[in-house]
Amino acid sequence: MKPAPFRYHRARDVEDATALLAELGDEAKVIAGGQSLVAMMNFRLARPAHLVDIGGLRELDHLGTDAGGGLRIGALTTHHTVETAPPQQLGAGFDIIRAAMAWIGHLPIRTRGTAGGSMAHGDATAEWCLLAVLLDAELVARSPRGQRRVPAREFFFGYYTTALDPDEILVEIVFPHPAPHAALTEFAERRGDFAVVSAAVSLEAEGRAVHGGRVALGGVAAMPVRVPEAEAVLAAGGSFRDCAEAAAAAVDPPGDANGSPHYRKHLIRTLVERACEEAMSR
Amino acid sequence: MNDTGGMGDDVQLLTLDVNGTSYEVITPPRRTLVDVLRHDLRLTGTHVGCEHGICGACTVLVDGLPVRACLMFAAQAEGARISTVESLADPGSGELDDLQRAFTENHGLQCGFCTPGFLMLAQGFLAERPEATKEEIREVVAANLCRCTGYQTIVEAIDACATARRAQRAAGTEETSCN
Repeated sequence: MKPAPFRYHRARDVEDATALLAELGDEAKVIAGGQSLVAMMNFRLARPAHLVDIGGLRELDHLGTDAGGGLRIGALTTHHTVETAPPQQLGAGFDIIRAAMAWIGHLPIRTRGTAGGSMAHGDATAEWCLLAVLLDAELVARSPRGQRRVPAREFFFGYYTTALDPDEILVEIVFPHPAPHAALTEFAERRGDFAVVSAAVSLEAEGRAVHGGRVALGGVAAMPVRVPEAEAVLAAGGSFRDCAEAAAAAVDPPGDANGSPHYRKHLIRTLVERACEEAMSR
Repeated sequence: MNDTGGMGDDVQLLTLDVNGTSYEVITPPRRTLVDVLRHDLRLTGTHVGCEHGICGACTVLVDGLPVRACLMFAAQAEGARISTVESLADPGSGELDDLQRAFTENHGLQCGFCTPGFLMLAQGFLAERPEATKEEIREVVAANLCRCTGYQTIVEAIDACATARRAQRAAGTEETSCN
């Protein structure tokens, strides 16, 4: 189908974009890569009266490490740029992020879709949102009132709902700590679809001995969630199988056309164990 | 006066670089890139299928990378280099290029509706990954839907083209090094 009429505004810089958003109010939407928004507009699930295009703001397209060994990703960096970045640009300990890109849609989606766009869209099964929750990312947002940093755990509120104000745009995502033993995996009916369930883990290990770690799941709630019960198993030196069992027991996943709660629990058991094994092989 | 496709809304002037030619179009902002290519520029080689990024029939290159032309407004493509399937064959003689010939020789199409999308997907992918393995090609063509071929012949066509290009490049390098 064809989208409803709208007025198009091309932002000159971040200040211009936030000023436009402040002026246009609720009727406006930001467009970056547009890989979710344009599909929703074509279906008329979204009918913004104004689009503010930030796609030309090159200052938001960057990728690199900071002095503390963290990773800073400009909001307009595409999935494809991250996927094909040379190792030194991504820094040590962020292989999980590069490897996770292959799960996002297909190549022609990844060439347009952006890290910030995915976070601001806030799909419950999106790989970027899961990575942000797993690795305690900080999301840097700017509005005419200034700039603020929002921790990932306070950024996602529910289905397609984030902490961003209507006049705010996401400018940067910061992953403060390297995660050398970490992996993300998922299951979808077809390659490239949104996941039915996704699992991501980051292990603390010395040699082969695991003494703790983080476990996060997508597709089991309105937003990606950490699973403290499964993390407690890792901290106590339990097996990956026991960790996966604890994760499945701890959550109450929804049932829909893509899978019953029982089936999703089955996927959690399989995927958490698989993610742990992949994380250890890094 | 202006052809707005019966949309009856505000129009804007866009300058688009398509296949090396600069075009000026007056069109409503809600026109997607694929609709501007087909309706305003009459470049109907690019097909449009699902209009929500699933089928890949509308795949074109934007700055050399494959994108869904239905998931992009034409206004977003201003300032970028756009290449469509019309850019592949020789503009003078109409002779097909090596990728198109590989599709013919390997029976990489039947009804042909999806073919422009597969060609541009493969063109963009091979430009970036000339060393692509058959397995990588198989993964990449999962992006587009073909309901005729079962994909096997499409994978073989792209692989044959990539192999031939590699051989040609190796021969070229040898020649240069001999000189």
